[in-house]
Amino acid sequence: MSALTVVVVHPDLLGTYGDGGNGVVLAQRARWRGIETELVDATSDLPLPTGDLYCLGGGEDAAQTASAERLREEGTLERAVGQGAVLLAVCAGYQIVGRSFPAADGRPLSGLGLLDVTTTKGRGRRAVGEILAEPLDEGLPVLTGFENHGGLTTRGPTTAPLARVTAGVGNGDGTEGARSGRVVGTYLHGPVLARNPGFADLLISWATGRVLHALDDAEEAALRKERIAAVRAGRAGGTVRYAPGPS
Amino acid sequence: MTTGRLPVRARAAVAATRAVNALSRRLGAGSGSVAGGHVGLALDPRLLERLAAGRRVALVSGTNGKTTTTRLLAVAVGGALGRAATNATGSNMPAGHVTALAGAPPGAPAVLEVDEGYLPHLVASLAPETVVLLNLSRDQLDRTNEVRMVAGKWRAALSEAQAPSTTVVANADDPIVAWAAQRAAHPVWVGAGLPWRQDAVGCPACEGRIAFAAGATGEEGGWRCTCGFARPRLDVRLDGDCVVTADGRRLDLALALPGRFNRANAVMATAAAVTAGVDWDDALRRIADVDEVAGRFAVVEVAGCAARVMLAKNPAGWGELLDLVCPGDRAVVVGINARLADGRDPSWLWDVPFERLRGRTVVATGERCRDLSVRLRYAEVPHRTVRDQVAAVRAAWMAARGPVDFVGNYTAFTDLLARTTRTGA
Ligand SMILES: [Zn+2]
Repeated sequence: MSALTVVVVHPDLLGTYGDGGNGVVLAQRARWRGIETELVDATSDLPLPTGDLYCLGGGEDAAQTASAERLREEGTLERAVGQGAVLLAVCAGYQIVGRSFPAADGRPLSGLGLLDVTTTKGRGRRAVGEILAEPLDEGLPVLTGFENHGGLTTRGPTTAPLARVTAGVGNGDGTEGARSGRVVGTYLHGPVLARNPGFADLLISWATGRVLHALDDAEEAALRKERIAAVRAGRAGGTVRYAPGPS
Repeated sequence: MTTGRLPVRARAAVAATRAVNALSRRLGAGSGSVAGGHVGLALDPRLLERLAAGRRVALVSGTNGKTTTTRLLAVAVGGALGRAATNATGSNMPAGHVTALAGAPPGAPAVLEVDEGYLPHLVASLAPETVVLLNLSRDQLDRTNEVRMVAGKWRAALSEAQAPSTTVVANADDPIVAWAAQRAAHPVWVGAGLPWRQDAVGCPACEGRIAFAAGATGEEGGWRCTCGFARPRLDVRLDGDCVVTADGRRLDLALALPGRFNRANAVMATAAAVTAGVDWDDALRRIADVDEVAGRFAVVEVAGCAARVMLAKNPAGWGELLDLVCPGDRAVVVGINARLADGRDPSWLWDVPFERLRGRTVVATGERCRDLSVRLRYAEVPHRTVRDQVAAVRAAWMAARGPVDFVGNYTAFTDLLARTTRTGA
């Protein structure tokens, strides 16, 4: 048995934005440290396997609903998280692990309740574009990514946001993502861990309990520098903001 | 004079279309393919319908292969039906269509490449004789053109009630396309294959799951959902280097264009030509010599270095091009931009199996070479990163001392093509 099992959940349903890349980044960064790692693509036609670190990605409305129903019926993910597994949920996946999220017609559907957040349909246009957010703990450097969603997400009183938005939309109230224990949700898709290797290492250290030595992240550093500069100079393009609702 | 039968307003609009395009070409402001069309449509919003009236019209749409299939279909019908009016440069929205038709003789058949989003509008306004549907997969997702939404609009527009006289030539190996064409009055089902299935596993009829048989192209393959929605019975299919016709004949596809995907495009184009009355042998003979399409697959000279240039815009297209490039041993230059025409979000790089480039000399280039470089790092593909595309081709050529393969996404490809010095054989 491997020291670390990374499970990409339902890549056939929730893999719209290259989200499978998060699993690749986690597995490679663990392997490069000599941690024996298995990467499992867990398609929705088979029972969800047990693992140490789960990744959920983004998807279209119908696929998001199908994945949520399957996960709720099965209960494997909730059990794994209850037993200490780490979960990174991105975009549609972030909405699924909350208390409820909107169907294509806006009707609320039950999520898995692993994060105390509720998502409703945003008014106006989708939030599409580069996003920058300052993490609120763990000493991570600024998070850089791309968002593409139409949801407004509000947190319950005891759930902390992951970060504070400095460019882009995020949850819609100036915060981005949510965290509760070892469950993290974020609107940064794309895959977020490729642009934020420190975030990837944080998840690996939670899942393995190990202190990780630094890697030579020259390529990531060059990409981060370029994207952060482009957003700060207003050259990134494509950012569309909808009017945030009262929250 | 080719505009005699048009109303005065339309005649003025045609004259303006031609004049603006000629001016734009002379000034070097563009290829002269859309500016005039915009002016013409402003003068007469119904100009496209008027120009298409009395012509036999074929429309070609889908995520990948539109430009090539349009070219092949125009060439295939050219002998029997006469030289076709076509938007050869891939300007696939109404202004480009107006330009294509404004310059064509009256009565010439029209073979038009159509953007996926515009297809329903054009089907309704032009009542085409033939519509060719190639495939539908993720592409430029930040425009929120969700695959199923597009397919639903196609399905409504192509239903028997809406398009009673239209023949729909559809790739039956793509369940999304099959669903879009299911209600058509006259479907022709072609087994053209579908290597990229990640956007096709969700059943469009019931939201269940499509099961693909191994191979999934031709007779041995197929797909089916538990709801009963299944691949239609094939009329024509691609089988390796052959096309198998409805009457069981096996005909050789001897194409100058490389790759499985171009054989698929060729089968779709010839099947459409045959439904329009062209003979199989004639159609296949005519398309065999096409060796580049709007610059794609041409060998060009970049700063003194020979490069075969190719275009791939999305994961499905990249998968097919890696099939073509990977058996070789040439140095590979990969160019990535993320302008509006490419989609601003290069996340899709993680859907492309770049791991297959391991062991090759690889240079990452283009405006988003940094994103590509990170992707290649995790694919464990050693590479150099050279932002300027011409310098990148040169670096690859120097390293390999021989011709290189360049694969770029849309604006990366067109940028490099604009900077080539000479087109060779
Ligand atoms: Zn079904």
